Amino acid sequence: MEAVAASYVKDTELRLGLPGSEAPEKPAMRGGKRALPEDDEAAFCKSSPEDASGLRSVGAAPVAKAQVVGWPPIRTYRKNNFQARKAETGADASGLFVKVSMDGAPYLRKIDLKLYQGYKELKEALDSMFKSFSQGESSRKEGCNGSEYAITYEDKDGDLMLVGDVPWEMFTSSCKRLRIMKASEARGLESKQ
Amino acid sequence: MIEAAEPENSREWSDPEVHEGRLGPIFEDFAFFFSRVLVLFCPQSAVDLRSFACEAGAAGNSCIKDLSLGCVLFVVPVLTKLEVESKVREKNFRCCGAMTYFPDEVVEHIFDFLSSHRDRNNVSTVCKAWYLVEQLSRLRVFVGNCYAVRPERVMARFPGMKCLTVKGKPHFADFNLVPHDWGGDALPWIETAARCCPGLEELRLKRMVVSDESLELLARAFPNFKSLVLISCEGFSTDGLAEIATHCRGLRELDLQENEVEDHGRQWLSCFPDSCTSLVSLNFACLKGEVNTSALERLVARCQNLRCLKLNRAISIESLIKILARAPNLVELGTGSFTADHRTEAYQNLLNAFYKCNSIRNLSGFWDAAPRYLQAIYSICSSLTVLNLSYAPAIQVNDLIKMIRHCFKLQKLWVLDSIGDKGLAAVACACKELQELRVFPSDVYGTGIAAVTEEGLVAISSGCPKLNSLLYFCHQMTNAALITVAKNCPHFTRFRLCILDPVKPDPISNEPLDEGFGAIVKSCKDLKRLSLSGLLTDKVFLYIGMYASRLEMLSIAFAGESDKGMVYVLNGCKNLKKLEIRDSPFGDAALLENVGKYETMRSLWMSSCDVTQGGCKALAAKMPRLNVEVINEREESDEMVENPSDMHRVEKMYVYRTLTGPRDDAPDFVWTF
Repeated sequence: MEAVAASYVKDTELRLGLPGSEAPEKPAMRGGKRALPEDDEAAFCKSSPEDASGLRSVGAAPVAKAQVVGWPPIRTYRKNNFQARKAETGADASGLFVKVSMDGAPYLRKIDLKLYQGYKELKEALDSMFKSFSQGESSRKEGCNGSEYAITYEDKDGDLMLVGDVPWEMFTSSCKRLRIMKASEARGLESKQ
Repeated sequence: MIEAAEPENSREWSDPEVHEGRLGPIFEDFAFFFSRVLVLFCPQSAVDLRSFACEAGAAGNSCIKDLSLGCVLFVVPVLTKLEVESKVREKNFRCCGAMTYFPDEVVEHIFDFLSSHRDRNNVSTVCKAWYLVEQLSRLRVFVGNCYAVRPERVMARFPGMKCLTVKGKPHFADFNLVPHDWGGDALPWIETAARCCPGLEELRLKRMVVSDESLELLARAFPNFKSLVLISCEGFSTDGLAEIATHCRGLRELDLQENEVEDHGRQWLSCFPDSCTSLVSLNFACLKGEVNTSALERLVARCQNLRCLKLNRAISIESLIKILARAPNLVELGTGSFTADHRTEAYQNLLNAFYKCNSIRNLSGFWDAAPRYLQAIYSICSSLTVLNLSYAPAIQVNDLIKMIRHCFKLQKLWVLDSIGDKGLAAVACACKELQELRVFPSDVYGTGIAAVTEEGLVAISSGCPKLNSLLYFCHQMTNAALITVAKNCPHFTRFRLCILDPVKPDPISNEPLDEGFGAIVKSCKDLKRLSLSGLLTDKVFLYIGMYASRLEMLSIAFAGESDKGMVYVLNGCKNLKKLEIRDSPFGDAALLENVGKYETMRSLWMSSCDVTQGGCKALAAKMPRLNVEVINEREESDEMVENPSDMHRVEKMYVYRTLTGPRDDAPDFVWTF
């Protein structure tokens, strides 16, 4: 395969002038194409002539990762649709990370909702994550049973909701961020419901 | 224009001479008398042209070949006038040579049976008399390239035009390869039509720039306007839509497909007056903004003829339920977001709503579909012919499979590649009537998990023998799979394969995919459209040139080794209309090898190839009826841009035949040689 690769590279090498004539290598006057202004994706860069021949050779490792303008050939409308969707849910192939804040804690944490199968596991995880910030011994961080804290979340519409009402899948798809709230405040939230 | 040829022998045609018998000898008799046309009268109505030609196979292949060189075959029901002259027997075909004896009205009536633009274009070249009859009776006009001809010329030739279709930007504009303000403005067409063809009823535009000003003019200038279809257009906003809604009395169709529409917040939908009851089709699925749902519900309720309604993502299930209640006769439905606040009883209401809608055949939307709501449509799945789930990433493969099992009448399916090979196998089992399949990538930028592979495609090909149209994004393909697919499905008319990793070879043999695609073009004799991908050498183009004689559109990316590849295609594919090439090693020698070919084609696009400025200039010099456009996007650091030499490689070139010469609206980065 290496020999084949080498011959492909030679055959596809860019040259000035008509094929069959030996011409010097073209100076890099088109090096480093700028990304199209419409593209938000920073990694979107067009291949320069020197790279183009690499693109046509067999097994060139960068090809799989390189982002080429207009490839894969999907309509802009469809691409924008998926970009917007990803931005909304904050989801990506590797996880569903949401911020977790706790009232009174000096900094926030981030967790991957995909790691948990249900609310019990989530609560246990939050428990251990924020243990150091809790006050008193009986801070179980359960919802509504007279404990120190309640777990709430902000959903797609921006509303503050109590964790635990909806099926788990629905929760993970609509949860934008988590907030561990002091019980005193939480009671106010409950009474509204 | 070709005048009717005088017969070479001295046969006198005083009376309509009637020949009975098979196609062959009759055709040959007439092939010299009328240089282009044969007329046959058949007792049954609407005989399929192709099957007729096959039935007359005893004529031998030579006659059918003549057909493709510009001869036109008419098959029309017997006219009452001529029924008097001869007896009609089952499957006997009668020929009448004396077309010149027919008055214009009869000729016009015969032309009414020709629906395709190509046939009508052909008959208009037979003789002057037919040209005149045809031009005055033409109602539907198709302009494949808005810069090939001026609007004034089109409308002068076809003053009775009722329906106009115009296409603008080259196809690769869909993938961001054409700069934003390249051209394709619709306004000149609408302005000219307003002056010359105020009876216009339908306008279809694709890949054009349509301003709000254009829409406003459209809304006010055509009192009989009935149908507006905009596909992949841009440049307008909800203000323009408001004009259409307000002023187009009797509007039947407003179909917006995948356009970029600016949302100016105007409640355009509320602009449909209460007197508007004529809507048959309304598609606003591509709009991002909200519409007034109660106005929508009232509109739907008063338009009793509404058969196609495609909602946008802003429409919730609650609204959908109310809408369905008012429009139980819908045939095509785009569902909107298909998700709801869990606290309502939406699911049961949805189920009831769909039970009543037993005319639905075409479903799309499902933007945010939650699995529980998907079950509500199982009752209509068994009558669906078209299902588009390609904008529904939230649907998981198991729910998809459960749904697909019910869809045994499905003819067209669009899905995301999250369906996986497993899901495609389920489709192959359930959907025996499938004709078109499109599988889009769900993970557009990342490498992701290999969702569909060659296995899925092979399964589909063996389960769905009627498959004729394919768009398939996958991570890998093998020659063996393509050869199997070619054997299983010889009826492909559209075959577009996109392997996400460009230049990827067959992963099993590490060979290029030449043999696989070769098998496709060899087996699928009716192939009209082909898109290639994966590692490909010049050999695949040799095969394409040899076998793909009906091919009209070919898309090439990252393929080939030398100029020979492109030359094989240009010399071989005699029906080629559109050729688009990117990132392939074809240069001036290939470009200039067969320059006459480009006048038989609509257009040629080449980007990131080896064509130089000198080559483009040479082409333009040889072929004055082509526009050779070079698109130069400026670089800040590029000093050579002012006076690039002829050796300068051209980044983007667009060549098209035209009657108008260089266009006058070209922006300064487009140079026409």
